[in-house]
Amino acid sequence: MPEFRKTLALILLLSIPGAARPALDIRITEGMEQALPIAVAPFGWDGEPDTLPLDMHVTIANDLARSGRFAPMDDKDMPQRPREFSQINLADWRKLGMESLVIGNIRPAGEGQFEVEFRLVDTYRGTQLAGFKIPAPYKQLRRTAHRISDIIFEKLTGVRGAFDTRIAYITVKKGAKGKQHSLQIADADGFNAQVLLDSSEPLMSPAWSPDGRQLAYVSFEGKSSAIYIQDVLTGKREKVASSPGINSAPAWSPDGTRLALTLSKEGDPEIFVLNMSSRSLQRITNDRGIDTEPVWSPDGARLAFTSDRGGGPQIYEVGAQGGPPRRLTFEGPYNARPRYSPDGSALALVHGAERQYRIGLLSVKQGYLEILSKSRLDESPSFAPNGSMILYTTTTAMGTELAAVSVDGRVHQRLAMQDGEVREPAWGPFLSSP
Amino acid sequence: MIRILLLCLALGVALSACSSKSAKDQSAAVEEKSGGGAGKEGAQTYGAGEEKSGGLAALNDPNSPLSVRTVYFDYDSSDVLPEYRGAVEAHAAFLAANPNVSMSLEGHADERGSREYNLALGERRAQSVKRQMVLLGASAQQIRTTSYGEERPAIDAHDESAWSQNRRVELIY
Repeated sequence: MPEFRKTLALILLLSIPGAARPALDIRITEGMEQALPIAVAPFGWDGEPDTLPLDMHVTIANDLARSGRFAPMDDKDMPQRPREFSQINLADWRKLGMESLVIGNIRPAGEGQFEVEFRLVDTYRGTQLAGFKIPAPYKQLRRTAHRISDIIFEKLTGVRGAFDTRIAYITVKKGAKGKQHSLQIADADGFNAQVLLDSSEPLMSPAWSPDGRQLAYVSFEGKSSAIYIQDVLTGKREKVASSPGINSAPAWSPDGTRLALTLSKEGDPEIFVLNMSSRSLQRITNDRGIDTEPVWSPDGARLAFTSDRGGGPQIYEVGAQGGPPRRLTFEGPYNARPRYSPDGSALALVHGAERQYRIGLLSVKQGYLEILSKSRLDESPSFAPNGSMILYTTTTAMGTELAAVSVDGRVHQRLAMQDGEVREPAWGPFLSSP
Repeated sequence: MIRILLLCLALGVALSACSSKSAKDQSAAVEEKSGGGAGKEGAQTYGAGEEKSGGLAALNDPNSPLSVRTVYFDYDSSDVLPEYRGAVEAHAAFLAANPNVSMSLEGHADERGSREYNLALGERRAQSVKRQMVLLGASAQQIRTTSYGEERPAIDAHDESAWSQNRRVELIY
């Protein structure tokens, strides 16, 4: 045990400047006014004083705040810091309008293991809405906090939380030898950023496999575009498309057995479907214009894509086996890069009109287009797996950074990187089963 | 781009590519360009270049239209603008006269709109230049096209001026 404590202390010391700082600084810029008040009290700690491995309540409160649905109370405004249900003075919390209270405790369980206990309490009814005891090693504590956030979010909103998820994105930094492009992944709150690939040549279009274990992407390392698939855990990768012309826009089928992609080997960009096990290639579109940016409907039956067959770029939909495409967008001269909402009812897209490029949300059935973002150079929308938020890229005179907007257009966030540009966010799937 | 501008400045080769670029958004300057006969001068120089035909040295002659190595495009367009006609003809003639020489056409787009669509647009621009060169006598086997879309801007800024210089095809020997 003393041995372990030494290791832990070392980890803590090392992690204060580094890992404790997120790669992305997430700020909510708009939309807090309708958020529900909630109190997440500091968790109790049964270990040696001053060796608390993680301020889990801060991670949880930040998660809830980031969703735009909750306004967590400041620690300093809290009337008490209960760690057990019996210690809660319900009246004190009610007086402050805190209908929901989260309390918890962290206990060292030996061998670098911890036991995390938490309860979500309805202070008006005096009842416990949820309560779990979760064992976790040191490295999993942050993830455990996200899972607790997921449980709280689902209990209080009825919508599955998407805090225990990851995002992939491309960063670009200018160095002495030119630009450095990196494929990175991070937790959805911007922490635990890891570089999966560095390249002096451009990288594009990261796409998560449905199980979250692989990323497909486009790399120009061979002086022209090629599609690779990389295992997130091992870093092992494989080139899956490098025919003459464009090899781009990879998109996994919902069952993970096929990859839709864009190839121009026959002269102009067309959508193909690559069967991952047989490696057979099926051509889906056949048109002289540009056909690209395919994406699967959640049921796997259809592909939406961008085509300029009618003049400018617009969104079309085609059966996953091919057939005649159907045009979906009619509003404005420019609609591109569709992404289905997880329930398939809507498509997020890039809508260009009057020299502004913004994130739009198209209801597939009604054809109604709603503009969600507000800048002039917004692109690359990506849905959270629970469909609540859309992550995208926004470019200003200062450069490119990530932003997010709730699907109702109410909550807006900016996700700033410490240095360099960040682009093409891809929000990964749920990591754990519900 | 900076390199090309410097080349133009240093050598006073006010060929259409250089003059039209800075002038693009000013109608007066555009007028000057079309009326000033810069294109004709270019064509004449090209004739001189062809006389020296076969000479790979022509490639390095700053007075030859072969020194034009970037073709710029209008927004969301892959049409080769008339002011680049002379340069494209010169490169096509050069390739026809030097069948062992090959070149690559690198298509680029400005940053507006979606990246994958821009990648396709960059390819279409490169193919558009290639098509003209082949019509003018170059062999398709001599020309390789590739696209970087918006991934490799010539100018790293986010305004009209940068965008007009980023919508381009680079001619690389």
